[in-house]
Amino acid sequence: MPDTNPIDPEQGPIAPGGGYGGGMDLAASDAEALEREPGHGQEPGGPTGKPRSLWSDAWRDLRRNPIFIISVLIILFLIFISLWPGTIATQDPLAANLSKSQAGPEPGHPFGFDSQGRDVYTRVVYGARASVTVGVCATLGVVLLGSVLGGLAGFFGGWWDAILSRISDIFFGIPVVLGGLVFLSVVTNSTVWPVIGFMVLLGWPQIARIARGSVITARQNDYVQAARALGAGNSRMLLRHIAPNAVAPVIVVGTIALGTYIALEATLSYLGVGLKPPTVSWGIDISDASNQIRNAPHMLLWPAGALSITVLAFIMLGDAVRDALDPKLR
Amino acid sequence: MTEPTPVTSREPILRVRGLVKHFPLTQGILFKKQVGAVKAVDGVSFDLYPGETLGIVGESGCGKSTVAKLLMNLEQATAGEVFYKGQDITKLSGRALKAVRRNIQMVFQDPYTSLNPRMTVGDIIGEPFDIHPEVAPKGDRRKRVQELLDVVGLNPEYINRYPHQFSGGQRQRIGIARGLALNPEIIICDEPVSALDVSVQAQVINLMEKLQDEFSLSYIFIAHDLSIVRHISDRVGVMYLGKMAEIGSDAAIYEHPTHPYTQALLSAVPVPDPEAREHRERIILSGDVPSPANPPSGCRFRTRCWKAQDRCAQEEPLLAIPARFAQATTPVAHESACHFAEEKDVVGAA
Repeated sequence: MPDTNPIDPEQGPIAPGGGYGGGMDLAASDAEALEREPGHGQEPGGPTGKPRSLWSDAWRDLRRNPIFIISVLIILFLIFISLWPGTIATQDPLAANLSKSQAGPEPGHPFGFDSQGRDVYTRVVYGARASVTVGVCATLGVVLLGSVLGGLAGFFGGWWDAILSRISDIFFGIPVVLGGLVFLSVVTNSTVWPVIGFMVLLGWPQIARIARGSVITARQNDYVQAARALGAGNSRMLLRHIAPNAVAPVIVVGTIALGTYIALEATLSYLGVGLKPPTVSWGIDISDASNQIRNAPHMLLWPAGALSITVLAFIMLGDAVRDALDPKLR
Repeated sequence: MTEPTPVTSREPILRVRGLVKHFPLTQGILFKKQVGAVKAVDGVSFDLYPGETLGIVGESGCGKSTVAKLLMNLEQATAGEVFYKGQDITKLSGRALKAVRRNIQMVFQDPYTSLNPRMTVGDIIGEPFDIHPEVAPKGDRRKRVQELLDVVGLNPEYINRYPHQFSGGQRQRIGIARGLALNPEIIICDEPVSALDVSVQAQVINLMEKLQDEFSLSYIFIAHDLSIVRHISDRVGVMYLGKMAEIGSDAAIYEHPTHPYTQALLSAVPVPDPEAREHRERIILSGDVPSPANPPSGCRFRTRCWKAQDRCAQEEPLLAIPARFAQATTPVAHESACHFAEEKDVVGAA
């Protein structure tokens, strides 16, 4: 209701009776403003405004989120050193000097030496490559395989869904570490690929379930029905309507899972079935150092610290992305 | 139909005969066995004439929306036929179905879920042209979309906006524009205004009436708001528990209802005149709607009907003009599925 308070500076000079008229004007100008700019999201700009989607809203949120910025900086740094480790570590990670075995830090060797007399700093830097490769490749494989299988199961339902769900139950039932011990102990290849293959094999059901669930949710939306009523085919409905609306949970879980795959690689390497020397990996170094924790704790702390920070960065990134994509928090 | 209205003398554009939809109730995860069925729609028949609006009313869960989905072929009918210009569309698939879809379109209930949030308004309204490229040549599409926006009363410059930038009423206009894009002959409106504010409902209803005149559309208008249905409809069908209880012209249903369920529904319509309100009789039904998985024998309304007798439990009343009114010349002579159909003036002075 129009406020007729005479103290109001804007209404003060108006002639008697102007309070009500002023209110009417206000209502009219409000209506005009609404006509010009419907809904929220009024960006200053042309009359058509700037289109805003869920993703651009999420990006706006993320840019202001310190957790996101810190985790992205850490991850960018990790990617940089795994691509070009030589830029910050000039020594050879495999060069051993047994006379320095388990020696503490000294100039030029800030993290000290391991049992073989290799420079711990150099090995921590070079170890990032194995971790990042395993994490990124395993996540890509899991997300691709899981979202395709789970998405198709959710979309078509029926027998395909029943069979796929039972198969994923079977894979869910395999304990990861036990499965890794059995599966990887028979593999002699010392590169990262058997480890990645194993993670994809055991990891896809997790993403498949999430993809299936979010596809089923998206499929029931009226806009999918509307597309079907227009005569749209399955591929159009899946690619144009369902996939863009079902992909957010997969991205979030994939980001968080990336951190856990890095930790899993370290676990398997620690158990001696993951990566094998001469590959440089944090897991191998942690494994070697764990026997010497009383004599030379620095051998364990540096690779373990690097591993923790990396895993934490990916999980923080996933968490920030989840918050930004969650419509309930808006 | 004996009522001498011009619409009924024409050939119907859509003939629905004995439409049935049973949703199976199953047990078991891998080896499913059917333990029953929800009889959502159980033998519904009606005609739709060119240029008319057929209102379908009924309370929640009576099968109105399922009828809409069956007509759109979004659900597979268990039995029955839907003839569009003499062709049974329930059995169609592939190319033939796609061709029929051009002529029958739908406006959805909830404008907040019926528009893809990841697509711009231009993409949403232009999608029909992507699916049916023969309707509009490629270079012409943007112009066509802007024309459609103009037709439904939206600024054509909004073409690059996303649905969340619009209010509910504006979104429903976008949904209507999408339905209009293919120049359909029939638009099925599944509660198109029940999710909107009352003030916006009138705007959308008036827009729909304007578009009906402009494009000579036939509407099937599903709603539970009796006043809105009366306002827009030429004929009205009343559904109860998957069956049509009564169908006739709006005057027949609203002024001369003969089915007790219709009478009970109408007696619940708010009357704005306090004088009339004092004098009218309110029919309060007892009990709840029975489960459609286990409907009563005979007449489905008998469990809540004050006129029910033994005959109602044994013999199912058919939807036909009651014999006692067959010779009547007033709108009271319309189809009503009741053994004891009689007129009862429930709206009173209004």
